Amino acid sequence: MLPMRRVRFTSLLTLMLACAARAEAQDHYGIGRTATPAEIAGWNIDIGAHDGSGLPPGRGSVSHGREVFEQQCAACHGDKGQGGVGDRLVGGQGTLGTPNPVRTVGSYWPYAPTLFDYIRRAMPQNAPQSLSNDDVYAVSAYILNLNGLLPADATLDAKTLAAIKMPNHDHFVGDPRPDVKNPDCTSNCK
Amino acid sequence: MTEPTDADNDLAQTSRRRFLHGGVAIGGTALAGGLVGRGDALAAEGDNLPPNVPEWMRVPGDPMGSQPYGTPSPFEKNVVKNISKNLPQYLSASGRTPLQDLDGIITPNGLFYERHHGGVPTIDPAQHRLMLHGLVDRPMVFTMDDIRRFPSQSRIHFLECSGNPVYKKPYGKTASDLVGLLSCAEWTGVSLKLVLQEAGLQPGAKWVVAEGADAAALTRSIPIEKCLDDAMLVYSQNGERLRPQQGYPLRLLLPGFEGNMNVKWLRRLHVTAEPAYSREETSKYTDLMPDGSAREFTFYMEAKSIITRPSGGQRLAAKGFHEITGIAWSGHGKIRQVDVSVDGGENWQQAQLQEPILTRALTRFRLPWHWDGSPAVIQSRAIDETGYVQPTLAELLAVRGDNSFYHNNAIWPWHVAADGEVTNAANA
Repeated sequence: MLPMRRVRFTSLLTLMLACAARAEAQDHYGIGRTATPAEIAGWNIDIGAHDGSGLPPGRGSVSHGREVFEQQCAACHGDKGQGGVGDRLVGGQGTLGTPNPVRTVGSYWPYAPTLFDYIRRAMPQNAPQSLSNDDVYAVSAYILNLNGLLPADATLDAKTLAAIKMPNHDHFVGDPRPDVKNPDCTSNCK
Repeated sequence: MTEPTDADNDLAQTSRRRFLHGGVAIGGTALAGGLVGRGDALAAEGDNLPPNVPEWMRVPGDPMGSQPYGTPSPFEKNVVKNISKNLPQYLSASGRTPLQDLDGIITPNGLFYERHHGGVPTIDPAQHRLMLHGLVDRPMVFTMDDIRRFPSQSRIHFLECSGNPVYKKPYGKTASDLVGLLSCAEWTGVSLKLVLQEAGLQPGAKWVVAEGADAAALTRSIPIEKCLDDAMLVYSQNGERLRPQQGYPLRLLLPGFEGNMNVKWLRRLHVTAEPAYSREETSKYTDLMPDGSAREFTFYMEAKSIITRPSGGQRLAAKGFHEITGIAWSGHGKIRQVDVSVDGGENWQQAQLQEPILTRALTRFRLPWHWDGSPAVIQSRAIDETGYVQPTLAELLAVRGDNSFYHNNAIWPWHVAADGEVTNAANA
């Protein structure tokens, strides 16, 4: 009887210790609730930069984009995207390896879908997320046209935007640091 | 030992006049009238100095409740964030910590540097939600009450904008102008790993795209390794809830990573197989090299230091003893050593490090110095626990050129003139 009791007691103790340990460090706390598909759909505006996944339905032409740009963008970015209070958007191709590089959508940005993503989430600065998807496609088309990356009679949609290869696409590299070595001299260094 | 070049006598006089004429709340209005008259009679220079008993000992001070939320002395009114008056716009802009006016390693919350891309939102925490979705077993929504129910942790870490400073002249005049997009605080929140485990990560989860609830809906991609290491969801800073400028009610904290990735007003975590390649990690926060290539995903802030006293804009009032002091930090861990040179980089000696020396936090260093009154160039260099040595600006420029906008961790030398005036030697 006695050994049996001991076994039972030990088992119980082990179980209790295990429970106590679980209370301290556990995988699930039962905090929060499940997000519904509708909630996620309303908030998730991320777009796959490589393949344009997540780009919404809709379309916009270069010519309509010019109208939207003049109303919504030109005050900060200039009537031809030459920049002002806002970033310069146009030109600069071929300058990145020179002493005076000009970084624009056309010369620097590696992915065309990122243009749609950024305009939709953050522009115009005074009223972000106010443009329709059609207008965002149109403005994207106009900016790409100003950079010589889309014909003047073109219309942009999810498929055609994702198919555009940006000129600077292949010129991004990973982080090679530490890339600079200080010899750590302590006396008579110069 | 040092004094601001701004005439602080003017400030003292102005503040005293304001006090004497009742401009500063004295409280106890029944007493105030009588005190002003007495104060006017004592306004002469030197009346508060020995052997006289100062006027503030002969009247009661402000009563309890004069300041329900305390603010600095009116005599410290010039110690404020360093905000340029000539910015093209102020919605996407930055304000710097006045590093040269601070002691220790903790930045007061009101002086913590700011960088935002669509203004500072006013968020009702009761209506704020964190959504976690993507490559997880169970997509989830958390309230702020939910977040605060998780086991909490508090840690001290620096936060630094990667554009701090740029590579081209003219370089800043003060320590704040140069590297004031740097601050350090005690952060309280929950380990991001715990929250991700709550939803269950699926195979193929390599990145977490974090999005802010500001007008920029700012988005950055965080490698999953960092998210499962020391990343935190933070709701408090230096003991109180985050300030709106720092992401109230919830921000991401990635110790040692460039500031922009520490997404403020955090509302969404999207677990993905690929980075988002958002505007902020492609067209910005990438470093253009002399050959036209650009470095992307340069997360860690490398070891760095700066002398904050004496530093640019200050003046040594007299020859003799001066303590050289400053701060050092590294995104790769603890500071192992700080060397200081007082002879233009010819010779270097080890500075004393003030405890605590914490990983990915500011470390305060000190070196006693006898200034003989002749022109001198003083500078510091940090060495972190990986053995990495902070480089000179020339060494950085030789490798990266000056079109690289971010991640400048150069040594910054200060020139001390014969009259004690301290200026940035790199602008000479």
